Amino acid sequence: MTITKKKTGSGLKDAVEQICGVDLSVCFQCKKCSSGCSVAKLTKSRPSELMRQLHLGAGNELLESDLIWTCVSCEICSARCPMGIDVAAVMDALRQLALQRGASKPAGNVPLFNRAFLKTVEMFGRSYEMGMIAAYKLGTGKWKNDAEKFPAMLKKRKISLLPPRGGDRKTVGRIFKRSQQNKGPQA
Amino acid sequence: MRYAYYPGCSAESTARDMHQSTLAVARALGIELVEPEGWTCCGATAAHQTDRFLAVSLPAANLAKVQDLKLDMVVSCAACFSRMKVANQEIAADRGMREQVRQALERDYDGSVKVRHFLEVLLDDVGLKAISRAVKKPLKNLKVACYYGCLLVRPPKILKFDDPENPTSLDRLVKAMGGQSLDWPCKVECCGGGLSLSRTDVVVQLTDSILDMACQAGADCIAVSCPMCQVNLDLRQQDINKQTGKNYHVPIVYITQLVGLCLGLRPEELGFEKLMVPASTVLEKAAAN
Repeated sequence: MTITKKKTGSGLKDAVEQICGVDLSVCFQCKKCSSGCSVAKLTKSRPSELMRQLHLGAGNELLESDLIWTCVSCEICSARCPMGIDVAAVMDALRQLALQRGASKPAGNVPLFNRAFLKTVEMFGRSYEMGMIAAYKLGTGKWKNDAEKFPAMLKKRKISLLPPRGGDRKTVGRIFKRSQQNKGPQA
Repeated sequence: MRYAYYPGCSAESTARDMHQSTLAVARALGIELVEPEGWTCCGATAAHQTDRFLAVSLPAANLAKVQDLKLDMVVSCAACFSRMKVANQEIAADRGMREQVRQALERDYDGSVKVRHFLEVLLDDVGLKAISRAVKKPLKNLKVACYYGCLLVRPPKILKFDDPENPTSLDRLVKAMGGQSLDWPCKVECCGGGLSLSRTDVVVQLTDSILDMACQAGADCIAVSCPMCQVNLDLRQQDINKQTGKNYHVPIVYITQLVGLCLGLRPEELGFEKLMVPASTVLEKAAAN
C-alpha cells in the first residue's frame, strides 16, 4: 500500500500510547508481526505498516484501515515481536479510537456485533447468544446468513433459546455504568 | 483436589458439551469443582476490543468471587482463561486500574487469584501417569490433530502455558490415553475467533486452511479446548464444502470428551451428540479397543 502523508485530525500516536501504555518508538520494522498475522493475506494493510504510519504522525485517516476490524485478536503479533511491543493492544487502542472518533462502519460491522454482545452481558450478566444474534441481524439486515443452521443447533441444544439466569447483574451493571462514565462502548 | 470452576457463558449454550465433559471427567477423577455463585461473563473479545476497563473489570468481578472461596480458579474455556489471566496481570501492574475496578466492584481485588486451565489440572495435578492408569478404553489407532488455537498459549508472557509456538500438552495427554497425536503445522494458528458471524468470510478462509492441514496429516479428529475454535471448525465445514466443493467431514471434539471416553464414560454423558459433524469414527475406534 502507499503510505500517505495526508493527515486528518490530531495525531494518533500519543492517544494510542496513552490508551495501551505501549512505547511505539522501539519498533524497528522487522515485520515479524505482519509475517505471522492471521489475516494479513486478506487485508490491504499490515500491522507493521500501521506501526510505521503511527510513527510518521498519522491522524484519523488511519482509523479507516481495513486491518483494524478484520484483526481477529489472535495476538500472534504481540507474541512474536522481538521488542516486546504488544501490537494486539495497539490494535485494541485503534479500535477504541475508531469508535470514539466516528470512523466509517467497517465490513461486517464488527462494532455492532460487539455492542450487541456486550448489551446482553449488561442485561443478563452473561452473554445471550440468541439475543445478540437477533440484535446483530436486525442491525445488518443479514437475516439469511446461517439461518439454515439454527434448527439443527436448537435441536442439539447447541444454542439456547432462553436468556441465561443466575449471573450477578448488580455488579455487572455497576461495571457498565462506570465504563459509560469513562466514555466506553457507546462513545 | 478442590477448585473453583468458572464455566463461562458458552458452557450454557454452544459449549454445553465442553462443560458437560469437564464435569464428568472431574467427577471420574475425583476432582471437586465448585461453581462460584453468580458468576458473570468475562467480556470476551467484544470487551477488549471496546474498552480496556471493561476488559479488566468483567473478569475481575469473577476473580473477586473466587477469592472469597479461597480456592484456585479453574477454567475450561481457553478464551475465558486468557481474559482472566490478563485481567489479573493488569490489576497487579496498574494501580489506577485496580482503583477503578475497586470502585465498580465496591471491593478491592489485588489480582492474586491463581487461574488455571482444566488441562493444567489434568497434566500437573492429576498427572499423566494417573490418567494412563485410569484408562479403560484406550484411544488405540485414533489419529488426533491437537489444536491449541490462540488463547491457551497467548499472550505467552502472562499465560505461561506450554511452549507458545509448539505446545505439546494436549499431545502428551492424547499419547497417555493410547492415541496417536499427529505432527502438523497448525497447532497455534487462529480459527477466526469471534468474527464467526460478523466476518464469516474470514473465518471460512482460516478454518479451511486448518482443516486442510489436519486432513493432509491424516487426522481422524481435531481435539480442541476452546468453544470458539470448536464452533468455527465444526460449524463452518458445511459452508466451506458448499463454497469450494471440498468434502470435509472432520469431527471437532473437546479434549475433555476424549478423556471421558478413555475413562469409560458413555458418549451421552460427554455431550457427543451435540457435535455438528458426528464423531462416529472416534466413537467406533474407542469402542473397538
